[in-house]
Amino acid sequence: MTTINLSQPLDTATRPDNYLTHTRGFMSWAFTLDHKRIGVMYMVSVLISFFVGGVFALLVRTELLTPGQTIPGVTADVYNHFFTLHGAIMVFLVIIPSIPAALGNFIMPIMLGAKDVAFPRLNLFSYYLWLFGALFTVSSLLLGGFDTGWTFYTPYSTTTPAGGVIPALTGVFILGFSSIFTGLNFIVTVHKLRPPGMTWFRMPLFLWAIYATAIIQVLATPVLGITLLLLIVERAFNIGIFDPSMGGDPVLYQHFFWFYSHPAVYIMILPAMGIISELISVHAHRHIFGYKFIALSSIAIAIFSFLVWGHHMFTSGQSPLLNTLFSLISFSVAIPSAVKVFNWMSTLYKGNIVLNTPMLYALSFLVLFTIGGLTGIHLATLNTDVHLHDTYFVVAHFHYVMMGSALIGMIGGLHHWWPKMTGRMYNENLGRIACIIVFIGFNVTFFTQFFLGSQGMPRRYYDYLPEYQIYHVISTIGSYIMASGFLLTAYYLLASLFGGRIAPANPWGGRSLEWQCASPPPFDNFATQPRVGDCYDFTAIRWDEKEQGYVTDPALDSTKNSQFAAKNLH
Amino acid sequence: MSHTATTSHETGGKTPGAHPIVGHLVPTWLLMFVGTSLLMLTVITVAVRYIDIGEFNIVVALGVALVKATLVCLFFMHLRWDRSFNTLVFVVSVVLVLLMMAFLIMDTNQYRALQFDGNAPNAEATLQANAPGAPVARFKPYSP
Amino acid sequence: MTTLQTQPGHADDGHGVHDDAHDVAHGSAEHAKYPFLQHHFDTPYHQFDSAKLGMWLFLATEVLFFGGLFVAYAVLRNRFPEVFSYSSHYLDTIMGGINTCVLILSSLTMALAVRFAQTNRKKGLIICLILTFMGAIGFMVIKYFEYTHKIHDNLVWGTTFYVPPHDAVGELEAKELSVAPTTSITLNPVNPAVFAVPTLAPIPAVDASAIKQASRAPVGLATPTQMAKAEGLPTGEHDPSFAHPATHLVDKKMPANSHVFFAIYYAMTGLHGVHVLAGMVVIAWLLKRAIAGDFSSDYFTPVDVGGLYWHIVDLIWIFLFPLFYLIH
Repeated sequence: MTTINLSQPLDTATRPDNYLTHTRGFMSWAFTLDHKRIGVMYMVSVLISFFVGGVFALLVRTELLTPGQTIPGVTADVYNHFFTLHGAIMVFLVIIPSIPAALGNFIMPIMLGAKDVAFPRLNLFSYYLWLFGALFTVSSLLLGGFDTGWTFYTPYSTTTPAGGVIPALTGVFILGFSSIFTGLNFIVTVHKLRPPGMTWFRMPLFLWAIYATAIIQVLATPVLGITLLLLIVERAFNIGIFDPSMGGDPVLYQHFFWFYSHPAVYIMILPAMGIISELISVHAHRHIFGYKFIALSSIAIAIFSFLVWGHHMFTSGQSPLLNTLFSLISFSVAIPSAVKVFNWMSTLYKGNIVLNTPMLYALSFLVLFTIGGLTGIHLATLNTDVHLHDTYFVVAHFHYVMMGSALIGMIGGLHHWWPKMTGRMYNENLGRIACIIVFIGFNVTFFTQFFLGSQGMPRRYYDYLPEYQIYHVISTIGSYIMASGFLLTAYYLLASLFGGRIAPANPWGGRSLEWQCASPPPFDNFATQPRVGDCYDFTAIRWDEKEQGYVTDPALDSTKNSQFAAKNLH
Repeated sequence: MSHTATTSHETGGKTPGAHPIVGHLVPTWLLMFVGTSLLMLTVITVAVRYIDIGEFNIVVALGVALVKATLVCLFFMHLRWDRSFNTLVFVVSVVLVLLMMAFLIMDTNQYRALQFDGNAPNAEATLQANAPGAPVARFKPYSP
Repeated sequence: MTTLQTQPGHADDGHGVHDDAHDVAHGSAEHAKYPFLQHHFDTPYHQFDSAKLGMWLFLATEVLFFGGLFVAYAVLRNRFPEVFSYSSHYLDTIMGGINTCVLILSSLTMALAVRFAQTNRKKGLIICLILTFMGAIGFMVIKYFEYTHKIHDNLVWGTTFYVPPHDAVGELEAKELSVAPTTSITLNPVNPAVFAVPTLAPIPAVDASAIKQASRAPVGLATPTQMAKAEGLPTGEHDPSFAHPATHLVDKKMPANSHVFFAIYYAMTGLHGVHVLAGMVVIAWLLKRAIAGDFSSDYFTPVDVGGLYWHIVDLIWIFLFPLFYLIH
């Protein structure tokens, strides 16, 4: 401990060449083909978008403190713009790209043992598509904004006088292609760039999750593309495919939209589940329980995700036959989800649990995902859904899943791989405190909304009856608590860049390949071909006082002599 | 590695008539044959349009299109010799489109009976009472 | 038939060691021999195989992208079967047939181009790429004539279908239509809780004169003739000398909602046309590289992959053709 120089700058000549110091200057980043740099660029952009989306969330919550107008100048119309932007930014700019594009880009090829993704130029192109899509979406603010909600339901979206609808739709269309190309790249990478010894069932579970996500990205997002294109044409030229007064069918739009957007929910949650599998196993120092079940349940969820879109439309006039069918299949999604949760619980059982920040986030995930998942059952039930549809119950449910699970998983992953990405350790105590603040704030905000919704408060409303006010006040206070937790997180993570302890190659005792290369990783990821073994076998991992990190004990390392160490397979 | 090329690229990769080191070389006659078949099928399918065989018109038209598409995929796009995984990717995408189509047709057929053009049943009366003078569209239930 | 490449068997079955998994030791020698080989691939086959998988995934996204439109087509045709079978006769089957043949021929030349690239025949490759490009131009030219003809006859999308812009009155109205929101939800000033419903067009069969009353509302479910009457346009019913280009407005047999057919027709063929244009850019780029001599039997992946894209454009047209032009 005494040898650590806390004032050492981020990139010094004393440290070995890494991807951050390999080349220098703005252009070396703007035109980089290195998956790690692209991942970092995504991460920065996503976190900025998260901040912007968060500001809109706080504005929405503040406005709802009292019935009627609360913030001077925020009329019902402005409020509509606020929640629409909050939703669109958080879904399309933050959650969808956060784990696959940001963390996935950085970690996935290293974890796989590859030098890069299969198509590095396409990877950079996706990033720029993301950037242009984001600019379009946000520029719609200057062009009159859009107040359709992130779902762009017809006929409102084709008739609203708000001027920014078409730019926003174009932006989301472009973002969709960014997502498609990322997914395409990852599928090819997983298929073709695995080193010798890295068989399908030796891949870390994060890779399985990313792979399942990529399948959904590739197969669902094009339908969103064509839907938005038709909506643009419908709005601009009134062609009459979705417009009922022109012989079109607005329910058709909802079918189209949810054919993408339901799988999109799994684009958000699946990679988070992958991260949780890593976090729980590494920080409990115990072999993951039921590896194959977790891996295959990811694929099962990916397949199910295409068969449940109609559960968003139970009250839209969808036929009773499809309602029943979709309700049934929606219930079955609980099976692979529960397989995962039970396996994580079993992994924790008798593990050496270290309650550091990533683990706290993983445990938060388990709690929040269980609540989010189980309330989904209420909404998948046809008759209760009639009562709960479009109320705050739905809002609370999908925030538990999309924020409480997907985003919390992403932030947990960010803490887990932060030493690898930056080469610095953050302040562990502040990390734990921030995690607990976020957890408390989250539950105060959204658990309250279950009560609000089951008592009948509709979502997206500007005004409400006075009897709902107490819940709104509690929920708003919760959102402030949560925001302070995130601000604290931003503070200590940024501070770690300048004054953090130098990270060892393996700070947590992980066994997968990214912990075998230095922190931060060298430009080419691996100087020599990494040895692939069982990435959840922690028997050979030992704490090293001099390294201030974990090392592999050569005496116990089963991959040392036999590269294909078949006996380690479970 | 699976790569077992026996070609002589060392002797100069630019020799006309050299063999590719990767991929499949489709013989010219086969390409010509497939091209001609596609043209013939087009002529046939246009001719069938002018004969009334009732429901079968669309069946024939789409059947011929399916045969043509299969020919293009197998021979022009080399799927016949390609990895089966590529075929799987392609087939899955088509299956998803068909799945969506089947669900949507099933759905629209069912709720069509409940659809009507214009206002909800008692909208007119409600509007007359609460909003005199508001523009009211006329209502007539859907009758197929 | 020469198979130079033993196709790896079921490499992706998840058991055992992968035969397409890469190998660093093997890689370095290959990189010296093949300058086109990227640093993260080990052999030309490895690179080629990855590119092919990537392209097939992209083609799958294209299928789903168009698939949305095919689904919309199926739903609309299922809802208005009479519209589709009737309006289809306004399309020119012969022109569509010629276009199909042009695309098939250009697909054939593209397949031949791949073969020429594989066998190092640079001249053949260039000629085939030029022929393919010409095919694409031919397709677009025929499509241009079809479109201009339709637009001249006012067989267009949306409300304009019923209001020929050639007409002085029509022009004015068309402008108004494009500015005013087509349906408007108005708040009742007396009791804001009550919304007046959108001013939908009534069923014209009941009372054609009512259409005039809701004249700025969308035209909804009227037959073209009824609409023309309601708009006060000359329908030529009593005037045999009348020669309006928008003949569908005097076609009494044309069913209601016929604009839907043309809407989906323009949507699908238009998107396909955009893909043809993109294909032309791809072919032009391949041509430039072929002339520069970038391709050989060692390296022809861009020709192969560009060819796959061109074939999918052909493939989509193979389905569009019967769905629009060949409805009996």
